[in-house]
Amino acid sequence: MNLHEYQGKEILKSFGIRIQEGIVAENVEEALEAAKELKLKYKSDFAVIKAQVHAGGRGKGGGIKVAKNLEEVKEKSGQIIGMQLITPQTGPKGKKVRKVLVAQDVYYPGPSQPKEFYMSILLDRAKSRNTIVYTTEGGMDIEEVAEKHPEKIWKEEIDPKVGLRPFQARKIAFNLGLKDEAFKEMVQFVDKLYRAYVQSDASLMEINPVLKTSDDKIIAVDAKVTIDDNALYRHPDIEKMRDLTEENPIDVEAKEAGLNYVKLEGNIGCMVNGAGLAMATMDLIKLSGGEPANFLDVGGTANAERVEKAFKIILKDPNVKAILVNIFGGIVRCDRVAQGIVDAYNNIGNIPVPIIIRLQGTNAVEAKKLIDSSGLKVYSAIEFYEVAKILNEIVKN
Amino acid sequence: MGVLVNKNSKVIVQGFTGSEGTFHATQMIEYGTKVVGGVTPGKGGSMHLDRPVFNTVYEAVQNTGADVSIIFVPAPFAADAVMEAADAGIKVIVCITEGIPVQDMVVAKEFVKSRGGRLIGPNCPGVITAGEAKVGIMPGFVFKPGRIGIVSKSGTLTYEAADQLVKAGLGVSTAIGIGGDPVIGTSTKEAVELLMNDPDTDAIVMIGEIGGTYEADAARWIKANGNKKPVVGFIAGQTAPKGRTMGHAGAIVGGKDDTAQAKMEIMRQNGLYVVESPAEIGKTMASVLKGVNV
Repeated sequence: MNLHEYQGKEILKSFGIRIQEGIVAENVEEALEAAKELKLKYKSDFAVIKAQVHAGGRGKGGGIKVAKNLEEVKEKSGQIIGMQLITPQTGPKGKKVRKVLVAQDVYYPGPSQPKEFYMSILLDRAKSRNTIVYTTEGGMDIEEVAEKHPEKIWKEEIDPKVGLRPFQARKIAFNLGLKDEAFKEMVQFVDKLYRAYVQSDASLMEINPVLKTSDDKIIAVDAKVTIDDNALYRHPDIEKMRDLTEENPIDVEAKEAGLNYVKLEGNIGCMVNGAGLAMATMDLIKLSGGEPANFLDVGGTANAERVEKAFKIILKDPNVKAILVNIFGGIVRCDRVAQGIVDAYNNIGNIPVPIIIRLQGTNAVEAKKLIDSSGLKVYSAIEFYEVAKILNEIVKN
Repeated sequence: MGVLVNKNSKVIVQGFTGSEGTFHATQMIEYGTKVVGGVTPGKGGSMHLDRPVFNTVYEAVQNTGADVSIIFVPAPFAADAVMEAADAGIKVIVCITEGIPVQDMVVAKEFVKSRGGRLIGPNCPGVITAGEAKVGIMPGFVFKPGRIGIVSKSGTLTYEAADQLVKAGLGVSTAIGIGGDPVIGTSTKEAVELLMNDPDTDAIVMIGEIGGTYEADAARWIKANGNKKPVVGFIAGQTAPKGRTMGHAGAIVGGKDDTAQAKMEIMRQNGLYVVESPAEIGKTMASVLKGVNV
C-alpha cells in the first residue's frame, strides 16, 4: 500500500525522526490558514506547496512550488489543487491533485551551508535482506544518479540476525562526509529510520532529500513510504491511511469481491486461476494479436459466485471486445467450474462480447461437453494452443 | 528417486487438523505420500486421519522420525511454524501459506539457514516427485512419471507445463514450486542445481515471472556450469505494466532488468531454450530432446 508524503512523514515523526513540518489543505482557504499557522510557528514568510499524489517526480510536473509570502501561497496552491498533475510516473493522463501539503521552509540561512542527501531502505530480493541505499547526491532522481554516477551510491546490508548495528550507522554518516553535531544527528536518523521501516512493515522508505540544515539538523524533507499489504493486519492505524481516490475504482471493487484484478489498456479481457497462469494468458493474448484488457486471478475455487463477479468486473471496462476464461482445474473439478460459468452467464443475461472458455485438468472433457451443450454462444477449448488459434480468428474479425 | 522428496520421505503436516491441512493431507495420503503425523498446538495426543497429532514439531520428530514438513498454518503464524520445523531438525520444509509478511520471512529464512534446513516456498504449490511422493497441493494425476524436472514460481502454470510435457510424450521427475513471494527459501538457481545433479532428470523446464533476479542468476549459473542438461525456459508477464503487483507479491517490475523481456534475453544468451508462448512448453521440450533446432 502506497502512502502520501504527509502520511509517511507522520509515521517517521512517530519514531522520533525530524521532518519538514507541514499542514494538509484541500482548498485555497485551508492552504492560507496553514501558511499563517506555519508563519507563526517558524517565523518565516516562505512556505512550500506540495501536491499529495501517489507518484514521484512531482516537482518536474509543477506539483511542488515555493511561495515567498501569503499572496503567493494563495496563487500557487490555487494552481496546484485540482490540477491534473503529469509526472514521469503518472502516465500521460496524469493524476488529479485533491490535496496539498503546505510545508515549512527548511532551507533557511544559518552558520553552515545546507546539504541534501538521498537515503532509502528496501528489500534486496537477491539477498533476502533489508538494505540501506544512500548517496551524497540528494534531491535528484536516484535512477539518474545510478546511471551516471554508480560509484556515488552506497549500500549497507542489514544482517537479520542482529539488525542494524551502530558501526553501520556511523559508517553511513562518515561516508556522507558529516562531522560534529550533524554527524551525531545522522547516526540517530539512520537508526530511527531503520526502526521505523521494520516496525511499520514497510517495503520501501525513501527519503529524498534528507537535508542537513544550516544549523546542522538532519531532516526528512520528503517521504515515499510503501507498506507490505500482507502485514497491514498488524497496523490498523496505517491501514486507515489508505486513499481509495488514488486507486482505480474497478481495482477497488474487485478487491472487495476478493478478486485480484489489475486494469490494463487492451481489448481482450481475461479470467484465470493462479497469478502465473494469468500473466501467461495475457502474454498469449498479445502473441495472438490482441492486447490484454486486464489481469484477473479468480482464485483456486472459481465457483459460480466468483465467476459472476469476475465477469461483471471485466465487463465494466468498455474497451473489452472479447473475454477469455482460462482455468486449470487441479483440485477443483472443471465440470464444476463449467457449471459455475453457465450459471453466472445466465444470471448476468446476455453478455455482448464473444467468450472463449478453456477448461483444462480434472474432468476437462466433461466440462467441454457441458459448455458446448449449454446453448451459450461461446467458444470452448481444452488445450492452450487451441485458445491461441481462436483468439487469432477473433482478433482478425 | 527425484530430488527433495521421495517414497521414503516421512512427512508431517503443520496445521494438520485445519480445513486446508485436512483436505490436502488426505490427498497426499491418497497419492501414496508417507504422511506419518501432524502438528496442531493444543491437540497433541489425539488422532487425525488415522495418524497421531502432536503439540510441537519437536515431539513429532522424536516420535515419528519425520524429515519433511508441509505447512498450512495461517499467514500471521506461518513464519514461526517454519522456524519451529527448522529448529526441530526437519530437513525439507515446504510452506504453502500465502500472504506472510516479508519482514517475517527475512528473519525466518536466515533462521532456517542457521539450522541447516531447506525451505521451499512460501506461497508455493509444493514439491512432487512423480509416482513417489506429493508434498504439496498440486493435482497429482497431471504429473506422470518421467525424466523432466520442473522449477516454477507459479502453481497453475506448473500444472500447465506438466500437462503439456505429458501430452508431448514426456513425464516429470520432480517438480519444485519455489513460490511467488519476494523472499523465498529456495531460489530458482538452487532448485535448478538440485535437478542438474539428479541422475533421474534429463532436462529441465524453468518457469519464472517478472520481478527480481532469480531467473537471470539461474541462467548465468547454468552456462557457467557447462549447460549439462537442456533447459526450456518461460517468463510470465511480458505484458505486465511497470510498478504493478501482478497477483504474486513478488511479481512486480521495478527496473529495466526484471522485465520478462530482459530475463528472456539473458536466458537466451546463456544457452536456454526460451519459449515466447506458454502454449509451447511441452512441444519445445520434445523437439529439444529429439535434437531438432528450435
